[in-house]
Amino acid sequence: MAEKRITVIVNGERHSAVVEPRLTLVDFLRDALDLTGTHVGCEHGVCGACSVLYDDVPIRSCLMFAVQADGHRITTVEGLAEPDGGLSLIQDCFWEAHGLQCGYCTPGMLIAAHALLQRNSDPSRQEIRKAISGNLCRCTGYGQIVEAIELAADRLNQRTPASGDHD
Amino acid sequence: MTDGQGAFRYIGRPRRTKEDGRFVAGRGRYVADIRLPGMKHVALVSSPHASARILSIDTRAALATEGVSAVVAGEELAKATASMQHGVDAPGIPWYPLAAGAVHYAGEWVAAVIADSRYVAEDAAEKVVVAYEPLPAIVDPEEAFASTVRLVHPDHGSNVLFHRKFVWGAVDEDFTAAAHSLDLRVRWGRSSTVPIETFGAVARWDPGEEILDVWASVQMPKYGDQIAEALRLKGNQVRVHQDVDVGGSYGVKRGLKHAILVGYLARKLGKPVRLIEDRLENMSGGDAHGPDRIFDVSVAFDADGTVRSMKMRALDDCGAYPGRAPLQLGKPVGSIVGPYRIASVAYEAISVCTNKTAQVAVRGFGQAPTTYAIETAMDRVADHLGLDRIELRRRNFIRADQFPYMIPSGTEYDSGDYHAVVQKLTDLADYPVLLKKRDAIRQAGKLAGIGIAAALEPGGGNASFEPLFNPRNDTTLWPESCTVKVDRTGAVTVLIVTSSAGQGHQTLAATVVGETLGIDPAAIRVVHSDSLSSLPGNSPVASRMAIMLGGAAQKAAEMIRERVVRIAAHNLGRDPASLVYRDGAVAASDDPSRRLSWDEIVRICHRQYHLMPPGMEPGLQASYTLQVPKGGTMPTGDGRVQMYPCFSFEAHMALVEIDPGTGKVEIPEYYVAHDCGTMINPLIVKGMLLGGIAHGIGAALYERFEYDETGQHLSGTFMDYLLPSSLEIPMVKVADHCTPSPLTSHGQKGAGESGYPGSPAAVASAVNDALAPLGRRVDALPIRLGHLGALFGGLALKSGT
Amino acid sequence: MKAAAFDYVRPTTLREACGYLADRSVEARVIAGGQSLVPMMAMRLVRPGLLVDINDIGTLSGIARDGDTVVIGAATRQAETARSAVVAKELPLLALALPFVGHDQTRNRGTVGGSLAHADPSAEIGLVAATLGATIAATDGEAERRIGAADFFLAPMMTALEPHECLTAVRFPVWDGAAVGAGFQEVSSRDSDFAIVAAAAQLALDRDGVCRRAALAVANAAPTPVRLHRLEEALLGQRPSEAGIDRLLPLVDDAIDPSSDLHASADARRHIARSLVRRALLQAADNAAKER
Repeated sequence: MAEKRITVIVNGERHSAVVEPRLTLVDFLRDALDLTGTHVGCEHGVCGACSVLYDDVPIRSCLMFAVQADGHRITTVEGLAEPDGGLSLIQDCFWEAHGLQCGYCTPGMLIAAHALLQRNSDPSRQEIRKAISGNLCRCTGYGQIVEAIELAADRLNQRTPASGDHD
Repeated sequence: MTDGQGAFRYIGRPRRTKEDGRFVAGRGRYVADIRLPGMKHVALVSSPHASARILSIDTRAALATEGVSAVVAGEELAKATASMQHGVDAPGIPWYPLAAGAVHYAGEWVAAVIADSRYVAEDAAEKVVVAYEPLPAIVDPEEAFASTVRLVHPDHGSNVLFHRKFVWGAVDEDFTAAAHSLDLRVRWGRSSTVPIETFGAVARWDPGEEILDVWASVQMPKYGDQIAEALRLKGNQVRVHQDVDVGGSYGVKRGLKHAILVGYLARKLGKPVRLIEDRLENMSGGDAHGPDRIFDVSVAFDADGTVRSMKMRALDDCGAYPGRAPLQLGKPVGSIVGPYRIASVAYEAISVCTNKTAQVAVRGFGQAPTTYAIETAMDRVADHLGLDRIELRRRNFIRADQFPYMIPSGTEYDSGDYHAVVQKLTDLADYPVLLKKRDAIRQAGKLAGIGIAAALEPGGGNASFEPLFNPRNDTTLWPESCTVKVDRTGAVTVLIVTSSAGQGHQTLAATVVGETLGIDPAAIRVVHSDSLSSLPGNSPVASRMAIMLGGAAQKAAEMIRERVVRIAAHNLGRDPASLVYRDGAVAASDDPSRRLSWDEIVRICHRQYHLMPPGMEPGLQASYTLQVPKGGTMPTGDGRVQMYPCFSFEAHMALVEIDPGTGKVEIPEYYVAHDCGTMINPLIVKGMLLGGIAHGIGAALYERFEYDETGQHLSGTFMDYLLPSSLEIPMVKVADHCTPSPLTSHGQKGAGESGYPGSPAAVASAVNDALAPLGRRVDALPIRLGHLGALFGGLALKSGT
Repeated sequence: MKAAAFDYVRPTTLREACGYLADRSVEARVIAGGQSLVPMMAMRLVRPGLLVDINDIGTLSGIARDGDTVVIGAATRQAETARSAVVAKELPLLALALPFVGHDQTRNRGTVGGSLAHADPSAEIGLVAATLGATIAATDGEAERRIGAADFFLAPMMTALEPHECLTAVRFPVWDGAAVGAGFQEVSSRDSDFAIVAAAAQLALDRDGVCRRAALAVANAAPTPVRLHRLEEALLGQRPSEAGIDRLLPLVDDAIDPSSDLHASADARRHIARSLVRRALLQAADNAAKER
């Protein structure tokens, strides 16, 4: 089956590759581009571990073939960091509030949280819970994830002092 | 109340963990991230039948596929490897990574295809032609127990893997003497903790070194040893890399057959081989199902609600291969009366096999199902007597002044104050107000209920259920080790001997070592040794790591500290008893100017032998291997033995709302009060607790591996096996209490299995409270929307607003 | 769970796309959002030899009023449809239904046409199409065919589309004039799961609050969405009331034919269908009353 050349912009960098049409976007990101921060959990679009931003909106990268992404922009968890490599606000808040344990769902969760705060910088608790409801977590029971996003919203809206104790 | 928390500098503080930084950056290193040159990929061929003879396997078309290196089937593995071991004495049940001769469950792996990519391996797997002779499948555990003809494993002679009845105390007399008794049956549905990351293993054989390197997403004691045994290698020919990040486990990532398979293939092909389960392989073929249990319980009680005695029969459907699963009937023995003063118990444990995916250790190892049975009994007693369910429990709790408390089955509980914790719960929830809320919801036309559960979380991991259930297994030793090294620059490195799946072991070890040495844990590096360079350990199972790793880390750090003081004493010309150690420096207590700094002492250890006390080893490092507290005894003839040493306690209260028009259950409010002794890091403890509650809500309302009567597995994807999302799990309010354990380094107890023991019981209790006005009950988990919908339809309930 | 191999094309015109679909030598399938198709391909339940990606065909995307209908291009994202002011104003029933469709991440890719073509019996967009008697437009590259919703859904996952046809748009009738109100009710085990049952209702009330027009249908209580015509007729000429609606609920049972599955038995579905029809009607009546 004929391979295709694609060009995608991932985390601001242009990449060109020849791929089999059936190569999923998540496998392309992980295996061709070595961006292993995005994870595979179910490969049928339910768990959200593979969430990335696609033209700035969150999608499931296991439900897209890399060929479909030709000409489009993708942001993965690696692309959420600051230009100097430092953690973004949402990443830092997840760390501070311990909004994770094993870290496997975390990249997808961060993408969902990031997208939420982009469109609504002061979400209610229920809006937060709804926004992450497409990302399954088996470690945390979601409580500290919600707290992490609330912390980020507080900081964005300058409601609490800056970052606490670093380890 | 003693609050152990305030006494420490680092322990008990909600500090950022060491692990989270790399995970939020997407820099975790999971098994699927591992790239080795020349690595090949495996896809499995699975059986469509629950029970069948394998007549032939034709691999020619698969082998002819471009990019395929090999296709391997069960017979080859059965000849080349030793059968995997079972935790009970179950002869006639050989167990290999691939079915040999016959398949015993739908989804069992029959052949493995090895190719250049997973894509190609799957293409070729489709071309493997297997001819089966289907046989009748046995799926009902009661039938399996009774039948002598329809056998899952004919060579075993029956479907019974384990059957023993224990009697501790004067059960018959207590039942006769009691004013009342009641019987009940509850059913715990087959579910599991299903991590988001599936199991994966990578193996590479080095023929020059004759060593098999294994990377796996694993949480399994003695993993390397068992791989070696199966592959007929020596223990020091297998090296398990324990620095692989594990994407969640909660008990289930045992993956022995996966490692044996890739280990064998790596040697056969001379290439590294990788098997990452896809979700279909995982759900049906991964052998990671959980307990599936029918409980028959009788309780004998007095008019004031005091429960005198309990009889329990637990029949568990293990699936097609036992492995360690039958032992999940044994661990509950160590807390068989729950938090109550029940004086005598008869416990009958039966494990049977059926033609279903095999069962594995699931978070708590049987604690959650057993708690569900006991707590349901307590609710029924309260109901029977017209007593408030909390009051009934208060009357039965072991009292704070009764610890340490010996239960009829031979385990002593270390410490606790259940009344205080329940008081904190009722205060937190504002129980009288919650009752009014419940009643208001009922007025508005919905069903509403409050559920209560009190549960123990045993911790420490004296797995004395092993010798209890298998007299041929005389293991009484479950260790954990820790090494602390101070290098020539004065930096501290801690070596731990286990892999981690999000429990924060690096943080745990650094916090304890930092506390002991007076050094900021942020400056302490913690690394995971591989299995060859590891001292003895037993994995983060059994809610043991705070106790065991904490204990070993404290001991090793203490040894460093003593040595530091001795060196200072030697150089200051003083008695060690007259010196004060603070933050790495040592000074005379009567003259602080007489002092040696950390750097000076480090320099002496690593360079200045002439300044060291005679006979002292050079360098500054210490290792400690800790045996589990109160471990070391074998069971008595009537089955009494000390199991886990430490007992955390949790009390749950849930408010549920049920829509009578649809059967949908929602949990608008959820409260828990929790006592795990000293918390080493409260953020980590809270995470464990909330995560466990979420697992419990899943088991109570959403999750079950469904089988039809022919043994077909119907819920092999996430569309049918329903994992709760953030909208199904309420925001839980938590209250903490601390009754330190007298047995551990800092009073800590286990927290790794918290939340899960009590939450299914609490949710079930709430649903039944909601149904009580209808005169109905549900006695099986999960309680699903469809079930309640049908129930309400049958009662012709109005749909309300 | 990797898909079987296939070839891939991304035409920029409908004619080109249909040309590929017409080629009988290979099994060609349209991919738009892929949210339903790709999981099936991953599980190798479907194995097209050629995927025809229609996302670059501009004419297939868009929402516009056309006479007494709103026309939504087949490749219009569900997320865009949910944000559309035209939909909010003219198609209140669709606006109510869209938040129930999957999850926001799937709505960012999933399309209106894709959902219709997939024809899952629990699908919300199909239910709305059936309720309002929408028309589905399809082309074979030469001529357009219009299929009424009542004739479109044949069986679970089966529509009246021929293999060589591409769904191009769906035309939803707009109810002008009178006070119009919509109601949409769904229940699922978890929030973003497939509906166990869903009910959609739209009512038009006159100035005296009397119902002059009614549309009502249920999803996943039969192999395809079911219009409840007898119940609709019984509502006409009445002022909607709780008691009045309660009296009509037995008509729901007569119209539906639910099956049992893992998630709910037929009996459960019967009970749930009655509850949700009741609530959808009351919601529609409430919303219509606000318009008066």
